[in-house]
Amino acid sequence: MSDNRSAWKALAPWLAVFVLLLFAPRFLPRFHVYLFGLIFTTGLLAVSLNLVLGLGGMYQFHHAVFYGIGAYTVAIVITKTALSPWIGFLLAPVVSALLSLAIGLICVRLSKLYFGMLQISLGSLVWAVVFRWYSFTGGDDGIHGISVPDIISSTDGAYYFSLILTAICLILMQRIVNSPFGMSFQAVRDNPVRSEAVGINVKRLQLTGMVISGAFAGIAGSMFVVIEGSVFPELMFWTLSLEIIIMCLLGGWFTFLGPMLGAAIIVLLRTFVGIYTEYWTIILGVVLMLLILFLPQGVLGYFLEKFNRSGMKPVQEEK
Amino acid sequence: MMLLVENLQKAFDGFVAVSDAQLRVEKGEVVAVIGPNGAGKTTLFNLITGQLEADSGRIIFKDENLVGMPPHEICRRGISRSFQIVNIFSRLTVFENVRVAVMSYNKSTFNLFSRAKDIAVSETEDILKSVGLFGKAGRISGSLSHGDQKVLEMAVALGNRPELLILDEPTAGMSPEETRNTLELMKLLSRDRGITILFCEHDMELVFSVANRIMVMQHGRTIIQGEPDAVRNDSQVQEAYLGGSDEGT
Repeated sequence: MSDNRSAWKALAPWLAVFVLLLFAPRFLPRFHVYLFGLIFTTGLLAVSLNLVLGLGGMYQFHHAVFYGIGAYTVAIVITKTALSPWIGFLLAPVVSALLSLAIGLICVRLSKLYFGMLQISLGSLVWAVVFRWYSFTGGDDGIHGISVPDIISSTDGAYYFSLILTAICLILMQRIVNSPFGMSFQAVRDNPVRSEAVGINVKRLQLTGMVISGAFAGIAGSMFVVIEGSVFPELMFWTLSLEIIIMCLLGGWFTFLGPMLGAAIIVLLRTFVGIYTEYWTIILGVVLMLLILFLPQGVLGYFLEKFNRSGMKPVQEEK
Repeated sequence: MMLLVENLQKAFDGFVAVSDAQLRVEKGEVVAVIGPNGAGKTTLFNLITGQLEADSGRIIFKDENLVGMPPHEICRRGISRSFQIVNIFSRLTVFENVRVAVMSYNKSTFNLFSRAKDIAVSETEDILKSVGLFGKAGRISGSLSHGDQKVLEMAVALGNRPELLILDEPTAGMSPEETRNTLELMKLLSRDRGITILFCEHDMELVFSVANRIMVMQHGRTIIQGEPDAVRNDSQVQEAYLGGSDEGT
């Protein structure tokens, strides 16, 4: 069927990008390889947030907690237990999903801003525990010098680990966006009252969305450990949550890959402008203001619209 | 008896919107609820389908009390509704609007890894064809004309394959031609698909041409329910419509 051919045509550029990225460490300097790994990690985190924020229209204001818990799970399994480090990587999304479930069960009763505010307070509670529990989490020092398995401990190893995990997660998330669940989630975003009237259990759907999104954030957290070799409480501080939201808005929160682009922009801004001035956030502030004025759909949203594709809905992104 | 409403009451901050509603709907019937503006018709429907919770009284649907049940549970039991003020998924296409309801009926809402594109396609197409919106399936629903949006309202409600279809002013704001089409559609749904229909409407011509029985509300109270002729000749109804203080449109 022609449907199949067009699917391949849509897939081809992505495959090309993936192959190019596979060979990137051969010709890029080490620092850039490291930066790419960081962009994948942060990008995956932002895309996972957008699953609830953009697709589901939920004000997930403290997404970083699920990222941080994923990172800490890996760090603690490696440094405090005799278990195989790989168990830590498997546990990271599970622990993050469970925390999402616990926080979600409490928050999902509330709507919109109240949901977001309660989530910030509960998330900050988790942060406070991590920040003070020196014997277990290392407190405000965090945990450093985490020795991940040899195969992923080099810069290249960490790069491939993050590249492949990100690719797998993006494919999974893309499928979820286009699944009946994803479509129903959008319907709930647009009109929760009508969704209930057509038989959708809105709260359960939102809770499921939170758990899925939290699990992917946990995976991103585990990638961070591999790339940086350390964890610290800032990973789950509320300012990072704000930063992830900015990434989504910057890239385009009604597109699937927009948040990835937003993450790349922020990581690069911080790295390269950060060399010249510690006030790199001033540049970010100006960029954001220009964005709100001229590209309210976000960068990717703007380009999708310009090339006459609807940027309004994530599902149409890869047609 | 399919639906039985007894002594239903609902107040908002002291204002009694529905004070004593009584309603019986038999399987296969087309029942109209009429009454002046503010009589409590929409509130009654919101109580039946769970958007609002009744203060007291009973709503029995197929031997089960619906009072206190959330809307999605009520929908699952076979009652779907359309809304008076267009209440669709305005950013989704016409096709996707109906499919959301069909997927919910098929219990595939929580299916994470199938492609939604391949799910519920023929059911959705059938519904769109039956209401005459198939030609506009790919349009973003928010961009449709008001009349078409009202038709889509009904189409979304049909996606749940209701046994009881509740329509809140299905022809409000429609052109005469659209109204005629909607009337034909209601007759068709009732006759060919055996769907029981409960609706409220201001267009008396439409009401008397399609309803088997009519319930009249005034000031949140049921004054009569009966055959069209009996209702037409009832002195209290004439009072409500001709001499009543809160006479509406």
